[in-house]
Amino acid sequence: MNLFHLLPFVVIAVITLAGAVAAATLSNLVHAALSLVLSFLGVAAFYFLLGAEFIGLVQVIVYVGAVAVLIVFTILLTRPLPGARKGRNWAGVFVAMAVLAGLLWALHGTTLPASHPLASNALTVLAVGQKLMTAYVWPLQAVGIVLTAALIGAVVLAMEEKR
Amino acid sequence: MINGLDQIFVIAKGLLLSLLWWAPAWVVQVVSAFVNIAAVLAVFLTLFALISVFERKILARIQNRYGPNRVGPFGLLQPVADGIKMLVKEDIVPRGADKVVHFLAPIAMVAPAILALGVIPYGRNMTAFSIDAGILFFFAVGSATELSVFMAGWSSNNKYSMLGAMRAIAQMVSYEMPLIVTVLPVVMIAGSLSPDRIVDAQAGYILGLIPKWFVLTPWGAAAFLLFFTASLVESNRTPFDLPEGESELVAGHMTEYSGFKYATFFMAEYFGMFAVSGMAVTLFLGGWHAPTAFLQFIPSWIWFFSKLSVLLFTFIWIRGTLPRIRIDQTMKLAWTFMLPMAFTCVIAAAVWHYAAGGILGWLESLAIVSLVYAGLSQILGARRNLSVRIYRFAE
Repeated sequence: MNLFHLLPFVVIAVITLAGAVAAATLSNLVHAALSLVLSFLGVAAFYFLLGAEFIGLVQVIVYVGAVAVLIVFTILLTRPLPGARKGRNWAGVFVAMAVLAGLLWALHGTTLPASHPLASNALTVLAVGQKLMTAYVWPLQAVGIVLTAALIGAVVLAMEEKR
Repeated sequence: MINGLDQIFVIAKGLLLSLLWWAPAWVVQVVSAFVNIAAVLAVFLTLFALISVFERKILARIQNRYGPNRVGPFGLLQPVADGIKMLVKEDIVPRGADKVVHFLAPIAMVAPAILALGVIPYGRNMTAFSIDAGILFFFAVGSATELSVFMAGWSSNNKYSMLGAMRAIAQMVSYEMPLIVTVLPVVMIAGSLSPDRIVDAQAGYILGLIPKWFVLTPWGAAAFLLFFTASLVESNRTPFDLPEGESELVAGHMTEYSGFKYATFFMAEYFGMFAVSGMAVTLFLGGWHAPTAFLQFIPSWIWFFSKLSVLLFTFIWIRGTLPRIRIDQTMKLAWTFMLPMAFTCVIAAAVWHYAAGGILGWLESLAIVSLVYAGLSQILGARRNLSVRIYRFAE
């Protein structure tokens, strides 16, 4: 790995981690949400660096375009509880640690390819589409049903008010 | 000669880069990228200056008055005067504003718009950044603008800004669905997410006269109209410019901006309009292809920019003609009419594809689109509630 490959990696890693740390520590929730967006963008940049163009762009569409807007709206439309105390949320820390442990376990079980992955098989949109429509068609449909159920649930909740 | 004119910018760039014969390959690549960026910025900043005066001229013509005519010949130097005014104006940041976010919002607004301009093919071999999933890139950077609008609205710490931003985000999120779904049939038929390949798929003529543009197929025409309407919303243009409805929200999320920051927002809005019109030209109007075979001697970039100007003129024309509609009407249009119609276009395109594109396929897809249109308008027309409006939230 020469300097030209290392430099972008280090820059993106620093930005992504800085965004994540800021998201976890800032007390202003909107600032935290915007820092989280920075970290999402950093992850997308990593996908580009690996040649996974499609995943990177979908990361931007889904996380920056939808999830971040959802988070921001949630922050705006809710108020802090009147008796909410300051201090660490230990349940949150526990969940975060559990996720970290799970990821580390998954990483431990993965054998990383020795060669540079770019040369052999760059992930094209065509390949992703064909896999989704053949090998993974049932998971795709299941996800579709879950999302439709969520959509209908949201509509039902919103319609309640009209009576 | 003809070929030379067509490729004049490509040749010019090649000559410029040949000055770097001594440099290593990566330097040439970086310089080439910067030349592309500079070209796109120069062209669209000029176009921005031009359209800011032409929009006022055209609106004035529609409203039977003169418009700007004092600075320079026919008022053509008006953008220079405007630019100087914007630059020297005091930059006011409200005391209650969130300084950092308030400063970053205009930048976060204009950057995606410029990025989106990079993937559009402006002529034969004239795409600034030719990437495989260009269409996806276009919509990915487009979806980032919602967050910038929020940043502007929230950081100003002003209720008008916040309400304007909420409206803007609500309608942008709603219309993103029809906007992306109407692109699906084009991607399906062209079989590619690359703008260059989509333009190639529209090459050729029937009998040397009728171009094979997607807008001339029934599904393409319907999808183009839906895309154009959704793009009016995405670029906050009349009749969907509710986020900055002056009479109720001052200027929406831009209320607390002045001077050059306001100019940046203005520029981002116009760049967004150029980008989405350029995408409409690429997807439906044949990109840089000439409308008939014998007109091919005119350079491809002239055709692209002529089509772009026609679309931009239509934007201005609509602004001069239609009144603003209400937010609930805007939302209803998106979810009850535009989205079902967009999905109909997908189905009609699939039928067209399996009928191998002949007369039969043309008629079948026309039948599907018009049947669904007739059915939808029947249902929506019957449901139209023309009773006295009850204000639930403003009593």
